[in-house]
Amino acid sequence: MQIYLPIADIPVNVLVVLAMGLTVGFISGMFGVGGGFLMTPLLIFIGVPPAVAVASVTSHIAASSFSGAISYWRRRALDSLLAAVLLSGGLVGTLAGVWLFTKLRSLDMLDLMIGLSYVSLLSIVGGLMVFESVRAIVRSLHGQPAVPRRPGSHSWFHGLPLKMRFKVSRIYVSAIPVALIGFVIGFIGAIMGIGGGFLLVPMLIYFLRVPTSTVIGTSTVLTLVTMAAATVLHAMTNHLVDALLALILMIGGVTGAQFGARAGQRMSAERLRLLLGMMVLTVGFRFALDFLIEPQELFSLRIVGAGG
Amino acid sequence: MIRPHTLLAVIAALAGGAIPASAERLISSLSTHQVLVGSNFAGTELVLFGSIERDAATVPRRGGYDIVVSVTGPHETMVVRRKNRVFGIWTNAQSYTFDRTPSYLAVLSNKPLDAIAPAATLRRLEIGFDSIALAQSASALGLSPPNEFREALLRLRKERGLYREDPAAVTFLTPTLFRASIVIPPESQIGNYEVDVKLFADGVSIARTSSALEIVKVGLEQFIVSAARDHSFLYGIATLMMALMTGWFASIVFRRD
Repeated sequence: MQIYLPIADIPVNVLVVLAMGLTVGFISGMFGVGGGFLMTPLLIFIGVPPAVAVASVTSHIAASSFSGAISYWRRRALDSLLAAVLLSGGLVGTLAGVWLFTKLRSLDMLDLMIGLSYVSLLSIVGGLMVFESVRAIVRSLHGQPAVPRRPGSHSWFHGLPLKMRFKVSRIYVSAIPVALIGFVIGFIGAIMGIGGGFLLVPMLIYFLRVPTSTVIGTSTVLTLVTMAAATVLHAMTNHLVDALLALILMIGGVTGAQFGARAGQRMSAERLRLLLGMMVLTVGFRFALDFLIEPQELFSLRIVGAGG
Repeated sequence: MIRPHTLLAVIAALAGGAIPASAERLISSLSTHQVLVGSNFAGTELVLFGSIERDAATVPRRGGYDIVVSVTGPHETMVVRRKNRVFGIWTNAQSYTFDRTPSYLAVLSNKPLDAIAPAATLRRLEIGFDSIALAQSASALGLSPPNEFREALLRLRKERGLYREDPAAVTFLTPTLFRASIVIPPESQIGNYEVDVKLFADGVSIARTSSALEIVKVGLEQFIVSAARDHSFLYGIATLMMALMTGWFASIVFRRD
């Protein structure tokens, strides 16, 4: 069942795209992440131009994080104040990300930068996740308890000014690192077409010591708002958001996520993290292959505009 | 795709026209002048019917007639890039810009071009890929593109079916009545296409006729493209609303408590 994508300007099989949405949705529900880091590369691999893939996936993530945010809101499992401070940096980051995206596109370097960002980010994050979870699994096999984190340990940024008390999360930290984390996530998300949940959640836990009860709900709110802003900004500046592509992805994504969430509850957190880490590494590796192996076709052609 | 009424129209035109000159005249008709690209567009095929008109005074042609149909799509600026290994990674390193290059080009004939007319004639009439000068603008270094870039452009377009040379696409139904099939692949650019039909006899071009066809996006396809371009803010907001609705809908459908 072929369908012609208006903005991506390529024909695709609806069922293939729907299946991709379902699969990525399932994985994202299972691990509690947005799934952009899988969806954007998959679209690029089936031939969607990288810039269109990034811009369209932002709206797909907005959809899946909205249904997530609603359920966390119902359970009061989010910290609104923390989310607001994260967003103050996050929205600036999104603006900066879309600006750089546009700039790189005009310099004809966008596809290369998207590829390189994926390789470096995914291999570092994936590697860390695999390493951490293997260590934890080995430790539990030896019957040692997981090393408890010392709640009182202080990092350098605890000395920063502008301290705020986040009552719901029961933490007392400076607003500067919080906004900075938001900025980084918004920035990376707008350029790479990822929600950044798989980066944000560990950051919030390790750096800010946000408790697990509020961390995912709060991170979902940041993802929702930055991706919503990125969708509108990408549509306005680069005209690259393919609404039809996004709709097919969303329908598959939100459905798959529900089944994934159920499957995820039956697995231990360490094993989930190992699996996710390996998946992240695989995508990074696949991107790296494109750069390392001599391509069969060295030439590519792009129509840049009407010549009259 | 052969429409009987089209055929009838051609024959009617044939019968009704008064012919003053003794030379051949060429009449052609396309099965449609407008190709509509909707969401389900997967390419299409058009049929061109043509007739060679002659009267009692027309000199007989010993070698028979040959037909060359050239279909040219909108001219675009194209960039051809070549990947090289830079710092150990394969990335686009060189690029050349080709200005005013046809986005679509089909050269259809009833036998191989070199059997129809000498190369010099074809070049003068700009028929065939060998004769079409691909204009090129200033490259990164201000040099004209090497031949490999020109060949890559032709090859890449041919792979997508956007450039096509088919010496069997024109068939003669009778010695003076012919049809040609024009394949429009899914990735064809929208815009105006020029259909040029040339009649050859004994290696000389003796008559020509041309018509046009238009490829337009319609329906949802057209709506999305023009909205994204002309009302980008509203389009962005609408896409976002669609996303939020989908998310909200999912949270209701799959609500577990």
